Amino acid sequence: MRESTIMKIHYGTALAAVALVAVHILMRLTQGFAESLEYESVLANYKFIPYAIMLELILILLSVHGFNGLRVILLELKQGRLYEKAVSYGCLAAMIALIAYGSRTIIMTNMGMV
Amino acid sequence: MTQASGIANEQTSTPLSSSKSITLRISRYNPEHDDSSKFMEFSVPYERWTTVLEAILEVKKHFDHSVAVRYSCRQATCGSCGMIINGKPRLACFTKISELNSNVVTVEPMNNFPIIRDLAVKFERLFDTHQKIKPYLIRDDTELTSDEKEFLQSPEEVEQYIQFANCIKCGLCNSACPTMATDSSFVGPQALAQAYRYVADSRDKGKDSRLKIIDDSHGIWRCHFAGSCSQVCPKGVDPAMGIQLLRGYLLGFRS
Repeated sequence: MRESTIMKIHYGTALAAVALVAVHILMRLTQGFAESLEYESVLANYKFIPYAIMLELILILLSVHGFNGLRVILLELKQGRLYEKAVSYGCLAAMIALIAYGSRTIIMTNMGMV
Repeated sequence: MTQASGIANEQTSTPLSSSKSITLRISRYNPEHDDSSKFMEFSVPYERWTTVLEAILEVKKHFDHSVAVRYSCRQATCGSCGMIINGKPRLACFTKISELNSNVVTVEPMNNFPIIRDLAVKFERLFDTHQKIKPYLIRDDTELTSDEKEFLQSPEEVEQYIQFANCIKCGLCNSACPTMATDSSFVGPQALAQAYRYVADSRDKGKDSRLKIIDDSHGIWRCHFAGSCSQVCPKGVDPAMGIQLLRGYLLGFRS
């Protein structure tokens, strides 16, 4: 993939994540902070499908943005063909693993398996 | 500290006979013999108009002729005498001692360049990256095959790129760039500014090929926009702005 395409995704995910995290924080503010973090409240959030979709989107956006940021930092730290391939594919694999694990949590909680 | 008197009685053609003097600290390093650089200090007289390069040449003439320094035109045109002067990348021929407001002037080789000896550095990487971005007009038709002898431009079209054409390839921007310090494959602000210079030229038709070259994992996107390249340019070129304008092409804001 061209670097400009990757960076368009990088900037786009940052902007979208800011918007969705703002919604997420505003939703938390509708309740008291302590009450918002109670076990039953958290489960209720996951079971509310629109909110669960938003959490899934935040997970994807932050994972894509964060792991690309990490890739860029690591590419600037050290150079070399093998190293750069390892960093790029390593970050992609870590991103997929994190999204898969986070999605599993969201789906299982939403379906009442937790 | 080496003193002017008692070491050499040779007279220069234009002797510096001021009562004022500064301590000139010169970084000495020979990669073939030395493990690390060390500073040698010289007391050098100066006048209001004395440049740092003239002070270094005074040292070479009277105290230590083995000091290695690259210079040529002495008028900020050739871009040969770039060095770190009191912590900032500058041209030695374009920096007057009196404007530094210090009794101690420290000169070191430019950062992010391999040292040949003392203040002289290798320019291979700068020239390689400069060449990489195709620093010439690319057209299918030329005056050799066309009846037209000139490619005419309006003043507005010239204005788009003319400041970037002032680059003298001195390397000060690359020396100041923080990304150049860590990323040995980074294209660098000098080459990126020159890429913009040709992309913005209405006579040039090589935009796509140049954008493809800089759209790389060590290309334009690794610029952190620190802006230090623009701060140190002795010719008023603004590489940081050129880089942002180039990004506009790649992000689709410009065509």
